[in-house]
Amino acid sequence: MSGIQRARPKPVNADSKFEPILYLDGVSVSFDGFKALNALSFYVEPGELRAIIGPNGAGKTTMMDVITGKTRPDQGTVLFRGDFDLTKMDEAAIANLGIGRKFQKPTVFESHTVFENLELALAGSRSARASLFFRLKKIQADRIGSVLETIALMHLRDIQAGALSHGQKQWLEIGMLLIQDPDLLLVDEPAAGMTDAETEQTAVLLKDIATNHSLVVVEHDMEFVKSLESKVTVLHEGSVLAEGSLDTVQNDERVIEVYLGR
Amino acid sequence: MCAVLRIIVCVFAAALASSAAAQNDETTLAKLIRDLGQKSFAKKSEAIDALVSTGDRRVVTVLEAMLARNLFRRKADGAILLKFDKDGKAVFQDPLNQAAVADTKKLKKVRINNKLRKKLRGVIGSLSLQDKDPAKRVSAADAVFKSRVKGMSGPLQAALDTEPDDAVRDRMRRALGAIQLVHSSNPDSRIAAINTLGDFIDPDVRSLLNSLLVKKSDGVFAEPAKRVRDAAAEVLHAAERSAAFWDAVQNLFQGISLGSVLLLAAIGLAITFGVMGVINMAHGEMVMLGAYTTFVVQEIIRTHAPYLFDVSLFIAIPSAFLVAGLVGVAIERSVIQFLYGRALETLLATWGISLVLQQFVRSVFGPTNREVGTPSWMQGAIQTAEGLTLTYNRIAIIIFSLVVLGVLLLVLRKTWFGLQMRAVTQNRSMSSAMGIRTGWVDAMTFGLGSGIAGIAGVALSQIDNVSPNLGQTYIIDSFLVVVFGGVGNLLGTLVGALSLGVFNKFLEPYAGAVLAKILVLVVVILFIQRRPRGLFALKGRAVEN
Amino acid sequence: MMRRGFVLPYLTGTPLGGRILIGVLVLLAVLVPALNLAVSPDSMLHVPTYVVALAGKYLCFALLAISVDLIWGYCGILSLGHGAFFSLGGYAMGMYLMRQIGDRSVYKDPVLPDFMVFLNWKELPWYWSGFDVFPFAMLMVLLAPGLLALVFGFFAFRSRVTGVYLSIITQAMTFALMLAFFRNDMGFGGNNGLTDFKDLLGFNLQSDATRAGLFIASALALAAGYLLSLFIVKSKLGRVLVAIRDAESRARFLGYRVEYYKLFVFTVSAMMAGVAGALYVPQVGIINPSEFSPANSIEIVVWVALGGRGTLHGAALGAVLVNFAKSYLTGAAPEYWLYFLGALFILVTIFLPKGIAGLISRAPDSRIGITGIGRRLSQFFARRAL
Repeated sequence: MSGIQRARPKPVNADSKFEPILYLDGVSVSFDGFKALNALSFYVEPGELRAIIGPNGAGKTTMMDVITGKTRPDQGTVLFRGDFDLTKMDEAAIANLGIGRKFQKPTVFESHTVFENLELALAGSRSARASLFFRLKKIQADRIGSVLETIALMHLRDIQAGALSHGQKQWLEIGMLLIQDPDLLLVDEPAAGMTDAETEQTAVLLKDIATNHSLVVVEHDMEFVKSLESKVTVLHEGSVLAEGSLDTVQNDERVIEVYLGR
Repeated sequence: MCAVLRIIVCVFAAALASSAAAQNDETTLAKLIRDLGQKSFAKKSEAIDALVSTGDRRVVTVLEAMLARNLFRRKADGAILLKFDKDGKAVFQDPLNQAAVADTKKLKKVRINNKLRKKLRGVIGSLSLQDKDPAKRVSAADAVFKSRVKGMSGPLQAALDTEPDDAVRDRMRRALGAIQLVHSSNPDSRIAAINTLGDFIDPDVRSLLNSLLVKKSDGVFAEPAKRVRDAAAEVLHAAERSAAFWDAVQNLFQGISLGSVLLLAAIGLAITFGVMGVINMAHGEMVMLGAYTTFVVQEIIRTHAPYLFDVSLFIAIPSAFLVAGLVGVAIERSVIQFLYGRALETLLATWGISLVLQQFVRSVFGPTNREVGTPSWMQGAIQTAEGLTLTYNRIAIIIFSLVVLGVLLLVLRKTWFGLQMRAVTQNRSMSSAMGIRTGWVDAMTFGLGSGIAGIAGVALSQIDNVSPNLGQTYIIDSFLVVVFGGVGNLLGTLVGALSLGVFNKFLEPYAGAVLAKILVLVVVILFIQRRPRGLFALKGRAVEN
Repeated sequence: MMRRGFVLPYLTGTPLGGRILIGVLVLLAVLVPALNLAVSPDSMLHVPTYVVALAGKYLCFALLAISVDLIWGYCGILSLGHGAFFSLGGYAMGMYLMRQIGDRSVYKDPVLPDFMVFLNWKELPWYWSGFDVFPFAMLMVLLAPGLLALVFGFFAFRSRVTGVYLSIITQAMTFALMLAFFRNDMGFGGNNGLTDFKDLLGFNLQSDATRAGLFIASALALAAGYLLSLFIVKSKLGRVLVAIRDAESRARFLGYRVEYYKLFVFTVSAMMAGVAGALYVPQVGIINPSEFSPANSIEIVVWVALGGRGTLHGAALGAVLVNFAKSYLTGAAPEYWLYFLGALFILVTIFLPKGIAGLISRAPDSRIGITGIGRRLSQFFARRAL
């Protein structure tokens, strides 16, 4: 990987042809006989904010694993921007393409400070040589500073990440995702373990990010999903059960039967 | 009156004649024995032949004495005397009637050369062809095969005709074939002999057949007739193919034997690693402790209850299990539980324990090998005609290791403890949340794994030296089995151990023991590249984390 | 490459322990040879030659320890086979020294070393060629362990072997090499190894001056190795290594090619170990296959653990301390050495996870230090009481 910046995506409106940023078709994954994903097909348009909901075991996290390269599907197609076959790439390559992921369980680098965590996530060359001779430029330091403001961790910038609370770690991870500046963000349960106030803030932040990024958010918290005001996809037993606005989905009989009820 | 007189005369004459004949026999025998004292080796050889053809049983003792260099010639009258050791003192006697002889002045040993020695052996052996004991008859037949003395074909054939035992008959046919091949002037009968010999493919027969195909120094083949040579070559070919097959079978046996040893050594490690994620570097020392327990048990039996020796192993097995198991539990409670979750640190701490244990055993028992004996029922081997040797001790170990595996599988699948162990292997936090005392399970698991290692030590003591370094010899192999076979699945350990054992033994004849070991290591390293979790790995998300 | 704004932060960023280390090394490099060569043997201040050699040996071990700390303390790669790289460097130097013996050997063959004459070999095997030339031999000191590390690491890291599995196969690697080098027909001296060296670059190895020179060279190598390692760990690459140690898959998901980072540091570490081995051999006078033994490699790890892993200067300290104890105990009470070493492994891993350097350090972490131990012990007993 050479060059300081990775390749920027084509501007969304430049192409008149409809090109989903993420396209899954007939994706199936089984673990020891248990079918985690069952011919899953769906797509995300560029610049879209999409919420994914579904009961436990519906395959939400597995789907994320497949997209980010952690799990190889047994069958099916996974395309990024219509060009890149994600099933043939590993995690690092996919990340460098412009897909970022925030995990269910916050995984930050515990021995590093908040600042250092963000510095590591900063968009830029990932090669060993570049890292060896890397010096932080002012513009980069400023960027880190602004992200720190956004995630409200500026006062903790030199504290080891391992000492942060659960909620603060979540925010740090969101910050790392932001500073990575990917085209597609995959966010797995961002509101987990947060207070109501924090949850609201998160929704605001995500909607803001969605204005010039594509976002896929997996969540359980219905209030949160509502506040996102996005299209919703319901997964059940490894495939798409229903799709549409939250109202449509909430009134869908199959969904009620399987999932919502209340 | 005339008739009575005639009868009396006849009887008297008969008596005289028989005694004369006996006398004659006696004198012939005595004369022939004296002939043994002649200077010329060739003449000695003739005398031996002549003695043999008398068929007198006493000839055996004389010839055996001659072979053992216990035959002496009195210079004065040329009489032959037999030396006999009575309570450490040399006593001389008449060879025919074992009467002690007083005049032992100027005795000179009757010398023999290698040719005579060979002949004597063959001849003595063949005289045992009619012995009561079938084993002696077999060895007599084999001796004839080795010596191939022409004159033996007669006695051999005679013995063959009256021989009831099939196995003995086979050996006799083999010997007869050899004689026929070497001495017969008729090419057809030589071919017939080759075909007979074709039933026996041991190395001696093969080298005999090979000798026919060798060119002498003048460029002529040892065997002049081409069709005989061809017959020999064909039989050899078939024999070699057969031999190669049986060699492979032998290697397979050796491989399975090694595999069973590796299985015993590695199974405990697989369990502790599967359940606790702990690599126990002191595992080899548990094996060593088991071996030393066997030694101690045998020592106690030797001094206090020698009649128990044959069951010593049955006593040693539970003892070794206890000793090693208790040490294992102690290690777990005192060291490992403080390092919970830190696999690399546990590896290092257990390495420290292994050093301490080794040094401890070294101080108590000394650094040299200790003697561990094999019970009588485990000694010996099954020998087949094709040259296959299956030693009883290795067979016992193979069976034993499978039994241990079976018992373990039962424990894992059917007992309450086994269920807990499996639960903790698959998902520790969940098990704990369900009320399983994971700390207790850890301690018991570690004890179980170490105990099995102790039992492995009992088995190993039968085929390997017992020294403080015993553990170190097997630890790397055990690791490789666990890494190769995969963790959390005993079947993986079984397959891993057997395949590594067989693979190692099949490489040995081509590469030598050391290089074979190196190759196995390299293969495992490469294998891990493709399947980092081993052959039979547990899959699923819980394990990944 | 070294701009002013680069050197200054680098130097001031050196931790206290590191500055002490460099300071001590400079002092030793001057004092020890001076007290050995310039001071008369009768004086109390005289440093005997065997002490010079012993100290030089310790310095080589310290460099070796730093190489292990670099990959273990900072990247979490526990190599139980680093002795292999040390030995390969040692053998490369040994081969050069063997060639230098020439016809002063027992069999007086100008080209073939004694053991080859003994084996009835007629000519030098191809892999010995070039070793009579010093620069080539020195290149091999770096290349032999470096290439092994590159190949081994490439296969291991690419297939994502980590943790205990990786440690086991590094152990297997050095074990296999040990078996191989023990074979007489490998052409490396078999179980006797390479020994009876006469001189290096024309300097007689037995002379005091040469020994002093080797000592200085070892001190310099240690300092250089330390500074290089420091440069690496203080750079962003070092921070990525720590990230890989703490959360490898997260690092992957950030786009870092973890395999290449590991491969880089593993290879550098191997080459450092090789240099340590190369300086070690002329000072002890022999290299034999038992240096490849897994036990030797595992011992290096306890040096680092005791001294304090993840600190670099701690590793050097640990190496010196343990080897000093070893020299003392194997002389005074040999049966107790293994007990001591074993106990060291156990106690350090349980009670001193950050080693001695961690004891002294004033980090806010409450798990280390004397007070930290006290706290943990009381927690342990409190749990039991419940």
